[in-house]
Amino acid sequence: MASPGYCLDFEKPLVELERQIEEIKKFAAEKNIDMSEEIRRLQEKADQIKQEIYSNLTTWQRIQIARHPKRPTLLDYVGMIFTDFTELHGDRLFRDDPAMVGGLAYLDGRPVTVIGQQKGRDTKENLQRNFGMPHPEGYRKALRLMEQAAKFGRPIISLVDVVGAYPGIEAEERGQGEAVARGIREMAALGTPIVVVITGEGGSGGALAIGVGDRILMLENAYYSVISPEGCASILWKDASRAPEAAEALRLTGKDLMEFGIVDEVIREPMGGAHKDPKAMAETLKEALIRNLLPLLDQDKEALLTARYDKFRKMGAFIEG
Amino acid sequence: MLKDLFKTKPKYITVRPPQELGTRQEPAEKRDIPDGLWVKCDRCNQIVYHKELSKNLNVCPKCDYHFRIGAKERIDSLLDEGSFHEINSGLTSTNPLNFPEYESKTKKSQKATGLTEGVITGTGTIEGQPLVCAVIDFGFMGGSMGSVVGEKITRAIEYATEKGLPFVCISSGGGGARMHEGILSLMQMAKTCMALNRLAAAGGLYISVLTDPTMGGIYASFASQGDIILAEPGALIGFAGPRVIQQTIRQTLPPGFQTSEFVLEHGMIDQIVHRKNLRATLGFFLKFHAREDKGGQAIG
Ligand SMILES: [Zn+2]
Repeated sequence: MASPGYCLDFEKPLVELERQIEEIKKFAAEKNIDMSEEIRRLQEKADQIKQEIYSNLTTWQRIQIARHPKRPTLLDYVGMIFTDFTELHGDRLFRDDPAMVGGLAYLDGRPVTVIGQQKGRDTKENLQRNFGMPHPEGYRKALRLMEQAAKFGRPIISLVDVVGAYPGIEAEERGQGEAVARGIREMAALGTPIVVVITGEGGSGGALAIGVGDRILMLENAYYSVISPEGCASILWKDASRAPEAAEALRLTGKDLMEFGIVDEVIREPMGGAHKDPKAMAETLKEALIRNLLPLLDQDKEALLTARYDKFRKMGAFIEG
Repeated sequence: MLKDLFKTKPKYITVRPPQELGTRQEPAEKRDIPDGLWVKCDRCNQIVYHKELSKNLNVCPKCDYHFRIGAKERIDSLLDEGSFHEINSGLTSTNPLNFPEYESKTKKSQKATGLTEGVITGTGTIEGQPLVCAVIDFGFMGGSMGSVVGEKITRAIEYATEKGLPFVCISSGGGGARMHEGILSLMQMAKTCMALNRLAAAGGLYISVLTDPTMGGIYASFASQGDIILAEPGALIGFAGPRVIQQTIRQTLPPGFQTSEFVLEHGMIDQIVHRKNLRATLGFFLKFHAREDKGGQAIG
């Protein structure tokens, strides 16, 4: 299924061909003539192009997919993976941040707490949700809900998708740095299983603030980075348009992060990206969530926290001479 | 006795009123004080005799501007003479991402600072009070945190936890997490914060001192998490950089935005401490929290 109305540059040859096939089909139906051989031939060609494009994605192309406006958001996944989702609002300190969503739900019949950044699915919703970039109160809401989960012994599922922390005056006034650090610190100490999934963009501190857990998973086209490729290119070469190069240099794909020992598993996406078949994506993700969560449920609290500490303690690369 | 406790209350804790909240001056040169007889102050533009500036702890005698100073100078000015013992000095960076020009940049920083990496960690005393300390040097790749900085700070915190000693961290870092080590740098934020949890669980004291500038992933991890957070006057403190914010919101930033005075006003730090009072202030807090069993000053 082609996504309507939006196509990425590198997908253009495919989309063009698919459009031709549709036209021929329509024409054949209208004129009531048999063009099945022609259609079959073009379809074969389309499949071949599809294979070529999607099995050799560059890092930059993956980032385009991760940022695709039709990419499933937190609430899309929540609807497809969990049952009885009930949203809970507010940080009890300042306001309810619509860029961060959290609530209660059942995962395969088990009560869990779900949190994550929520991007808008159109311009209007994006404005309301600040393009999924939380303010400090968003992180504080997430933390409140996670602490509540720990109190009642519920596992936490954190779905991360954020371009980065919001650069704004109010965010600084209300202590964005402190909110991020506090999130990291408290998540590390919560005595309940935490499974984190980078579903789209893993943008630096804004991602890590809800990204500490016992299992860290990534969707195939998601990326997770210390800085945006654009920001990196600006600093390095004073030229944001060299972001594709910076993206390669930053080694920010799931495959890279597996090699660095940061990520435990990369979850396959439907060909062309999660947005091509959200339902199939949700099914795969649900299976991965359950499979990763189950072994954690048997661990006692102390063992869980020790393993979590050791997991992050090992991260880094240096020479000791 | 409680009575004795109050007798030790010093007179030197001063909270400076917020400085004039004019537009904050970005120092023109990234590194500190040029050699030579005379120095032009970055803020008041007046010419200051170099020796006079050094004697004044690199604070402008005319306008009180706090020049950036290196980690070694900082240790010399804060710790009791001869008390400092460096730990984990042998850790150096690799280039795990094979990132362009990373090695040449670390080499340049090593040459400029005489350090192997961006942080010095060790043990020592301040006014007789034992402590573990970490001092970040802005001159080393902008005070950014890669694997080595994260590892050394984590080890310092773990050492303090194990020995029952207080931990004092003097931060300065313009960019926060070091992009040349990619995701590994980001994860140092988690690593250091997790070590702080264990120090806290063991009842250990952590004092964080913010100096110009403390931004990004350094502020958004250990630097903002002190039991007591102090800042030098006029330092740039925050998460997102002012330029990025300005580009995003397309508005002029308010005067004094992201200064020490701004974060004090917004409840993010405990006190602003003038450099000339920093040693005595730290001494007070260390003494106040000293633990009888750990060789510190006995109370009552
Ligand atoms: Zn001056």
